[in-house]
Amino acid sequence: MPPPHPIPMKKLRKILERTIEGIFTVSGAVTTVTILLIVVFLFREGLGLFGSPAVEKGYLLCVNTANTTAHLDSRQIMDIFDYRTENWEQVGGPDEAIVPFRFEEVFDRYPEEAFGEDYELLPQRLGEVIASTPGIIAFIPDQYVPDGMPGVKILRSDRITPADFFGGRQWMPTATPAPQFGVLPLILGTLLVSFVAILIALPLGLGVAIYMSELAGERMRKILKPTIELLAGIPSVVYGFFGLVVLVPLIQKTFGLAVGETALAGSLILAIMALPTIITVAEDAMRGTPRAMREASLALGATHWQTIYRVVIPYAGSGISAAVVLGIGRAIGETMAVLMVTGNAAVMPRSLFEPVRTIPATIAAELGEAPAGGAHYQSLFMLGCILFIITMIISITAEMISKRQTNKGL
Amino acid sequence: MIEAKNIDFHYGDFHALKNISMTMESNTVTAFIGPSGCGKSTFLRLFNRMNDLIPGARLTGQCLVDGKDIYAKGVNVDELRKNVGMVFQKPNPFPKSIFENVAYGLRVNGVRDQAFIRRRVEESLVGAALWDEVKDKLKKSAYELSGGQQQRLCIARALAVSPSILLMDEPASALDPISTSKIEELIHSLKKDYTIVIVTHNMQQAARVSDKTGFFMLGELVEYNDTKKMFLNPEKVQTQNYITGRFG
Repeated sequence: MPPPHPIPMKKLRKILERTIEGIFTVSGAVTTVTILLIVVFLFREGLGLFGSPAVEKGYLLCVNTANTTAHLDSRQIMDIFDYRTENWEQVGGPDEAIVPFRFEEVFDRYPEEAFGEDYELLPQRLGEVIASTPGIIAFIPDQYVPDGMPGVKILRSDRITPADFFGGRQWMPTATPAPQFGVLPLILGTLLVSFVAILIALPLGLGVAIYMSELAGERMRKILKPTIELLAGIPSVVYGFFGLVVLVPLIQKTFGLAVGETALAGSLILAIMALPTIITVAEDAMRGTPRAMREASLALGATHWQTIYRVVIPYAGSGISAAVVLGIGRAIGETMAVLMVTGNAAVMPRSLFEPVRTIPATIAAELGEAPAGGAHYQSLFMLGCILFIITMIISITAEMISKRQTNKGL
Repeated sequence: MIEAKNIDFHYGDFHALKNISMTMESNTVTAFIGPSGCGKSTFLRLFNRMNDLIPGARLTGQCLVDGKDIYAKGVNVDELRKNVGMVFQKPNPFPKSIFENVAYGLRVNGVRDQAFIRRRVEESLVGAALWDEVKDKLKKSAYELSGGQQQRLCIARALAVSPSILLMDEPASALDPISTSKIEELIHSLKKDYTIVIVTHNMQQAARVSDKTGFFMLGELVEYNDTKKMFLNPEKVQTQNYITGRFG
């Protein structure tokens, strides 16, 4: 007997299959496009930084016309207003003492009435001050600039360059008149904390993975594995809390430091956080080594240990490198816990026992107070780009390592 | 020479081998035949203590290799396995080069002399009738070889550590007929230097390569005899039934 509705059923199924295929294709495309858009957005916002003037947005620098200095970069401007540079000669101008002048100082020089009712005379007064002081450099809001007045010249300030950004050693994004976007301390802080974390987590994690996959009894493994997997699911803020309450005081006491919030605390907490990932991924990879491989090795008179390091570990190589990458990725991108325990001083890291600040922690801490579209805001996006590039390099490296190993293997 | 005396073997509750005693002479090929699950592979794996890896396994009786009890206290299992080589059912070369596969056994046994290793690798590959096919690509991955070549590579790998006994667990069951006949020829030529014990599903193969044959069923050694006699005029009815294909 034929089935009741053979043909329509088949058609219906075909339509259904087509629809499902379509849905999957669309969701794949949407995901890819979204990710690409995020990257594009990140770089578009970040790259806007280069080209912004070195002086804080909405302000200009004015000098006396007698001054031959052509332009200043952000570093020079900061040094001038911090009284570290005292003569124009040092920045390529005439031999004349520098007189830094912030525009509010004008109110000390003239009585209240001199500015007019709505401060409409303020630019004029500023112009007078500038014209009468040969060594002056005045920091003035856009709208009060005495443009075109005799004796006043607007000083061109340099644009922020990639060299300032990547080579700068000072991160002071809210300094006036010239914010400093030197990202070197943050990059080095991130790398230091992550590197030490991996240095701690990797041998430990691989050791535990080897123990669990090769040495532990079945019962021990049944207890250990779920416990470790559970650890991977703990929110990072909880780890941070643990670090703050337990690790930080411990480090402070052990090493006799003034503050316990140090790079070391960050590394330790990151190591603890990266461990479960490294252990579970590496252990799975090692257990995936076929029994035939182990038996072949043992049958040739290799000891258990020789079999582990000559057969099991090479065989699990790509899985192990995946574990390493995931661990490093977690360490470099981790924000909350690190923010809580490293002390967040944006200075060049000199030792493990001093506060440092990482890139993700900086973004998390500062994005909320950076005015959208400003140089500070853009510099934070640029930090995001750096982080993105670092993690991308790591995963490409890992991909290449594992590919080379498979090529060797197959 | 291998002697088994009153062997009983359990996997947990399962009684896998029941009171087996037999002697395998030096420089002969002994074949074990029997239906799946009859215990012939388990029995084979006793002689290089491969069953040690199985949790919950229990053994009583005595296993003597060259007169020494290999399950006695203080026996060095790694040394034993060097002397008793094994070839497995599926070719299982390491994910390394052809050369390194053969050199592996020497390296794990602490041989550092590179010239010796090179010589031994060549001898072993010649011994396994593979040298001519691979001598120009020793650096290539073992996985580039065909299944039959891989199995001969595994034999070469076992020969490299100079064992006196070779255990073969269905070495040709995963291979095509041409590769199979090559392996069989190889077994034939290896006989003069090695004591070979081979487990096989294929009765024609047992008849072709072996001097003596043991027929296993349900964990018991039903009959053990000269291969010729076994296939022409078996003593037991069960053997007769099995080799004529009435069951199994």
